[in-house]
Amino acid sequence: MLSRTADHLYWMNRYTERAENTVRMLNVHYETSLFPLPENVAKLGWQGLLSINELLPAYTRLYGEVTPQGVMDFIVKNEANPSSILSCLRAARENARAVRGALTTEVWETQNQTWLEVNRRLGDGELEHDPGQFFEWVKFRSHHSRGVTFGTMLVDEALYFMRLGTFLERADNTARLMDVKFQAGQRDFMKSAKNKDQAYDFYHWSSILRSVSGLEIYRKVYRDVIKPERVAELLILRPDMPRSLHFSMNEVVDNLGRLVGDDNQDTLRLAGKLRAELQYGRIDELLATGLHVFLTQFLNRVNDIGSCISRDFLLPETA
Amino acid sequence: MLKYDEMYCASDAAGQGALSSRSRSSERGAASDVREHYRPYAKWLSRQNAEVMTARREEAEMIFRRVGITFAVYGDKDEDGAGTERLIPFDLIPRIIPAQEWASMEKGLVQRVTALNRFIHDIYHDQEIIKAGVLPSDQILKNIQFRPEMIGVNVPNQIYSHISGIDIVRAPDANGNGRYFVLEDNLRVPSGVSYMLENRKMMMRLFPELFSSHRISPVAHYPDLLLDTLRASCPETTAEPTVVVLTPGMYNSAYFEHAFLAQQMGIELVEGQDLFVKDNFVYMRTTRGPKRVDVIYRRVDDDFLDPQVFRTDSSLGCPGLMQAYRAGHVAICNAVGTGIADDKSIYPYVPKMIEFYLGESPILSNVPTYMCRLAEDLKYVLANLKDLVVKEVHGAGGYGMLVGPAASSLEIEHFRKLLLANPDNYIAQPTLSLSTCPTMVDSGIAPRHIDLRPFVLSGKKVQMVPGGLTRVALKEGSLVVNSSQGGGTKDTWIEEV
Repeated sequence: MLSRTADHLYWMNRYTERAENTVRMLNVHYETSLFPLPENVAKLGWQGLLSINELLPAYTRLYGEVTPQGVMDFIVKNEANPSSILSCLRAARENARAVRGALTTEVWETQNQTWLEVNRRLGDGELEHDPGQFFEWVKFRSHHSRGVTFGTMLVDEALYFMRLGTFLERADNTARLMDVKFQAGQRDFMKSAKNKDQAYDFYHWSSILRSVSGLEIYRKVYRDVIKPERVAELLILRPDMPRSLHFSMNEVVDNLGRLVGDDNQDTLRLAGKLRAELQYGRIDELLATGLHVFLTQFLNRVNDIGSCISRDFLLPETA
Repeated sequence: MLKYDEMYCASDAAGQGALSSRSRSSERGAASDVREHYRPYAKWLSRQNAEVMTARREEAEMIFRRVGITFAVYGDKDEDGAGTERLIPFDLIPRIIPAQEWASMEKGLVQRVTALNRFIHDIYHDQEIIKAGVLPSDQILKNIQFRPEMIGVNVPNQIYSHISGIDIVRAPDANGNGRYFVLEDNLRVPSGVSYMLENRKMMMRLFPELFSSHRISPVAHYPDLLLDTLRASCPETTAEPTVVVLTPGMYNSAYFEHAFLAQQMGIELVEGQDLFVKDNFVYMRTTRGPKRVDVIYRRVDDDFLDPQVFRTDSSLGCPGLMQAYRAGHVAICNAVGTGIADDKSIYPYVPKMIEFYLGESPILSNVPTYMCRLAEDLKYVLANLKDLVVKEVHGAGGYGMLVGPAASSLEIEHFRKLLLANPDNYIAQPTLSLSTCPTMVDSGIAPRHIDLRPFVLSGKKVQMVPGGLTRVALKEGSLVVNSSQGGGTKDTWIEEV
């Protein structure tokens, strides 16, 4: 396969996955904001959303004050924000268009239709008058795209590069989400340590779970009330939770393993090493070193693996 | 002026109101003023009501947009924010050509393309046609389309134009009978074949019943014939050639077609940046290292193919490509330098080429053409500007031309100056009354001018799928069918008997 083709396929899926994860966070956040919350907590929440993708400075430059409408607008449809849902869907579709010959007709049409439709929906003001509906729609387009990919694509290199993109992005996104949410959780604990409100706790941790479709999974796996360390375990270490770091890294390693040759064993080694730590790690050890430290390192290593993949396959020097 | 409509004999009100009034239209459907080969269709059409047809048209548009069958227009933004992509309007009413007319046209096309390939080979080798005095040497050697780089280069099978798009129009003769003329030959990177294929697919989807009641020759095997043609053109260095499509990239106006054809043939769609030359062989960069490329179906103009030989600022091609090509290590389809044969200043000589190379008389006629470089012709052209179409000899895409009868006196005076300043740069032709075909427009169904571009493939033999792309000028009275100038397309039916 052409290196450029692999590059487009890989990024097409990274952007699709990023759009989905962004909308998941936003949706849960939006729902949480419908609960009665102290104003400062609500504001911190919206601010937290921006810090997940390190967007707070860019936001402040464009909008000033953090307001729910401002944040929604910025994260959903601001084209100056390269991580906005609109920007991601555009990038996914542009990448698809560049290699439409390497995709099945159904996969291409799904990307193209998502792009045409998102413009129509935003133009009709759906984000303003029914944000929940809009978020659901974006999420289901991503489900649709996944289904069409599995249902129609030949299982070969092209699919492996797409999957690699999906899961590297997912590992990154889940880690970012946790980092921000756990820090916020801790900060709030400290503040209200005296009269810790169990109901608030429930909403905070369950919102993280819901944003990764994990609430029902949590109940099923633990049959317990929601505890932060178990949330962390589920999202980091469980190999059977489809949005966990462990699950994502399993997919990264598997797909990479199918792609590497003699020249790029090193990239596979990096990914395998990271996966092994998740496979044999324990949550009490991780919490002892500090979740933030762990997640920061994890993100750096995922980033390194991404660079190695680009160097090995996607943008090679003239051979 | 005489008129010729493809569907109706009585051309005065050709096609007018076939849908707008049902009672009248059903009379028309059976009436004898419908040409014989259109009668079953006209009968069917008279039974459709306007709302259904409008709904079908909207459905077609929706599907084309979803499938992304678009062409790019630089600097435009459409209502969906989809940037620079536009749909080419698709008309639901097919253009039907009777089988016996097509049979003779096909023979004429094979003859013409065979002669054109012989001509290009001759020009870059012995130049017999110049020595014989059929063609003045200045017309060749001073032509900017002449590529001295190609002199003495041997290409497989001596085929230069593997894919030829020959534009054919029909116009009435003095008795009002339609006659086919070749308007121009496109031998560089002719496009439009994907619309021919997609239009058919769309018609079969929208109106399956028409295809069970008519015997319409299929066209869907075109990509197969194309791949066959490309493989047959491979250099002797390999028996199992790797064929690729070379595109300027996704912002090119015909990108959809490039991607479509690559996919249909199951071959890689490459850009210049994906290719490199090493030891006079061409390779593409793949995830598993370099892979040799043997045949390049290029959709990039000569000028941009190799910055070491042609335009140095081009990043669309591949440095060193020409050297590999001259060494016979890679085939380029169409060959470099075919422009010398489809240039408008060479066009008037094509009938003579057919006689010279094949010893046959031409089956398809040229449009009578005045060569403004000849003093006598120029004098005539200047005196009759308001009746003529004037074209730049190197122009394409409907740009840089004057349609006399539709032009203002200001435009005519402007062209008069251009002609006087540089007569060599122009040819002129009588304004042909291009045939019309009923077409759905805002006000109902009305006649619009059409042309036809069959795609002729030359490999081990010369072949084509029946039909071609019918383009239609959607503006009332307009004779310009180019998509860049607001033209649309129709499905083209060759009806088997």
